[in-house]
Amino acid sequence: MVGNNGNGLVADKEAEREAQQAEANEGAVLEHAGDDYNNKQINNNSRRKFLVNSGYVIGTLAVGGALSTMFGCTNNNGGNAQEPTATPGGGKETEIPNYNRALMYFTQAQFRIVDSATERIYPEDDNGPGAKKLGVAFFIDHQLAGDWGFNGRDYMSPPFYSGEKVQGYQGRLKRKEIFDIGIQELENYSMTKYSKGFAELEGAQQDEVLKVFENEEANLPTISESFFFRMLRAATLEGVYSDPLYGGNANMEGWRMRSYPGSQMSYLNIIDKEFTKIEPTSLQAHLASH
Amino acid sequence: MAKTLPKTDVVIVGVGWAGGIIAAELTKAGLNVVGLERGKERKTEDYFMVHDELRYSMRYEMMQDLSKETITFRSNDKVRALPMRQYGSFLLGDGLGGSGVHWNGQTYRFLPYDFEIRSKTIERYGKNKIPADMTIQDYGITYDELEPYYDKFEKMAGISGEPNPLGGKRSSEYPTPPMKKTPGMQMFTDAAKKLKLNPYMMPAANLSENYTNPDGVARAACQYCGYCERYGCEYGAKADPVVTVIPVANKTGKFQIRTHSNVRRILHKGGKATGVMYIDVTTGEEIIQPADIVVVTSYVFNNVRLLLTSKLGQPYDPSSGRGVVGKNYAYQVIKGSAVGFFENKEFNTFAGAGSLGVSLDDYNGDNFDHSNVDFIHGGVIAISQTGARPIQNNTVPSGTASWGAEFKKQSLHYANRTLAVGAQGSSMSFKQHFIDLDPTYKDTFGDPLMRITFDFRDQDKNLAKYLAERCNEIVKEMGADKVDYLKELGPYEIMSYQSTHNTGGVIMGAEPGTSAVNNFSQMWDADNVFVVGASSFPQNAGYNPTATVGAFAYRTAEGILKYRQSGGLLV
Repeated sequence: MVGNNGNGLVADKEAEREAQQAEANEGAVLEHAGDDYNNKQINNNSRRKFLVNSGYVIGTLAVGGALSTMFGCTNNNGGNAQEPTATPGGGKETEIPNYNRALMYFTQAQFRIVDSATERIYPEDDNGPGAKKLGVAFFIDHQLAGDWGFNGRDYMSPPFYSGEKVQGYQGRLKRKEIFDIGIQELENYSMTKYSKGFAELEGAQQDEVLKVFENEEANLPTISESFFFRMLRAATLEGVYSDPLYGGNANMEGWRMRSYPGSQMSYLNIIDKEFTKIEPTSLQAHLASH
Repeated sequence: MAKTLPKTDVVIVGVGWAGGIIAAELTKAGLNVVGLERGKERKTEDYFMVHDELRYSMRYEMMQDLSKETITFRSNDKVRALPMRQYGSFLLGDGLGGSGVHWNGQTYRFLPYDFEIRSKTIERYGKNKIPADMTIQDYGITYDELEPYYDKFEKMAGISGEPNPLGGKRSSEYPTPPMKKTPGMQMFTDAAKKLKLNPYMMPAANLSENYTNPDGVARAACQYCGYCERYGCEYGAKADPVVTVIPVANKTGKFQIRTHSNVRRILHKGGKATGVMYIDVTTGEEIIQPADIVVVTSYVFNNVRLLLTSKLGQPYDPSSGRGVVGKNYAYQVIKGSAVGFFENKEFNTFAGAGSLGVSLDDYNGDNFDHSNVDFIHGGVIAISQTGARPIQNNTVPSGTASWGAEFKKQSLHYANRTLAVGAQGSSMSFKQHFIDLDPTYKDTFGDPLMRITFDFRDQDKNLAKYLAERCNEIVKEMGADKVDYLKELGPYEIMSYQSTHNTGGVIMGAEPGTSAVNNFSQMWDADNVFVVGASSFPQNAGYNPTATVGAFAYRTAEGILKYRQSGGLLV
């Protein structure tokens, strides 16, 4: 019943909501898997050391309860508050790779295309990493493998008729199918125009192709290319800014770039104050605190 | 063959705000009440992982599963209605507490004008001010008569606020002081005062301080975590039925809640209901629950649908204008707003609460002269700081690219540098706007979906433009370097989120020919059936509906107890 979702006017929001999908591609190049961001995350175990030194640890798990009011639940816990890493053999802690970075849905070829396309939508710049480093294509891959990709909670019963624009999506294709087709069409268009696959194009050329799709100028017989593009764009932003638990927003860098503090239990102390920068925490920190 | 259970005094269909309030009041008075809830149980502990924008805002965790049931929509009766296949314009709640769990908590009282809109408009401007096809009507109850019930709702929920200088009379102060004031809210307040407007702190169900209500329910204060709308509250700070009225009903030992129980029919004979038929959705079993009194408190669409599929009351016929069930569907005009970009100032807009804000009613109701404008009514204008979560808040100045290097740079630059002032425009009812049973599309049980026939008319377009201009003036006065605001309202579309304030279909009025229920929410055509909710609004006000729904629920409970004594129509 809520109303006024902030402000109805911002065109950007509408576009985001209207679109709903993401895409991905094949992934050859997993070289950024386990990149700096993950390593940083894994190595950041000072909180655990503190807990160990304080005697508040049983085995590898921090004790919750009252302790949680001291750590993780407040907004001054110094950030990530990463949980302890595994300690195989009970010996010294070792780094564990990010097993989340593998593919549930895309082929490697699809992953590569999505990885490059999302990087054009949200590129690396002076502010920080782009979609590639943030793991956006992995995020999209994982989302397509679940309820969202299958339109599990959408009304997909027939009959299907093409409706008026104001009636919204009326197709029978599921998001994962739209992605399959959209990715293939990006590739086809690139091959026809540049005789190269999308992932192999220069950045400026990739932008050209994406613009053609955005403006519905590819004349696809199958899907609406602008609908696909809007889904891809919306899914890119979701991958950049959702909790890292979903596979994107690596090490919360997406949040950090815009000074978003992630999941905090309380802003009571700053709500009526001037702008305050707060190191982000994620739901993982929250998990330990309950 | 359906299984028939022993009879109960009262059966309630849908346990949200209205159902929860009525259950609490009736069980306290000693009645036996069964509450049937189609969704699952909900509790505060469910929300320890709630700060998850993807799961709750983008994937609609708390909302009705559209694969099982949705609505269909068309702009007018010349077009084929098609299903709302994905969420957009509004969000349908599900589970114990209903939409009362994922609301923002903005708890306004309607203006006295709202209840007597037809009479007062004619009185001031003459008959011709109301277009021939505009079917607005008086509620058959005045603000002053409803005031004690508003008061009751506010005290139960612990509403935080300060008096609205342009609102109706209050019998007492808000039970808790206003929420905190952020720098952005202060800027809005100062600007509004400079423009000679009347700002006041938005009435909030978020709870500004620890509070124990008259039923003895204690709740802790809001932490301004920024996750209210579309989310449940992990503190129980935000008032919702699960942390307020439902435990009170449970404590009596007279309330039996059955979750996963989806009511399909109201059973009736000779103008009286005998009970309801529902499906246990975990087993598929059909069950009959006989009852002396049936209370229908689901969301607007299912309130109407249950009456139509059960053949109770006179269905509305748009060609003749006769009949009442499904009549006067209305919505809200939410896009008339303005957003300001501030180059040299950043704000803690990531923090917030669902009803943390400042409002003004100078352009709401009939608080300004409508002689020279081509619409009636208006809407509340407010700045609200609900928590600018990062997926859904990437506001950039008009003309900025929507992706790529420029978009990234600008959306990061403005991430904490925008303040929006929005209007919640009222929505008048029209002869052509109604809800009925869709002839084609069915829900998971094979029952027809509700079909909405609705569009924005000149009234809405003129109102939106007017309110957007007022918002623009305020944001400018606040010192924004650039302001974007709505220039023209397009047609109503089902894709972009606007408001979950759908209203009408079982409207309230002074007499049976033009309304479905009287001012106790009692059906004219079946005196032991009470239909409660925003479905009873003959048109929609320029505010959030919950306080008014709550007030009507308290009045209904009183009416039911009276009915239990004397029987018959209460009005």
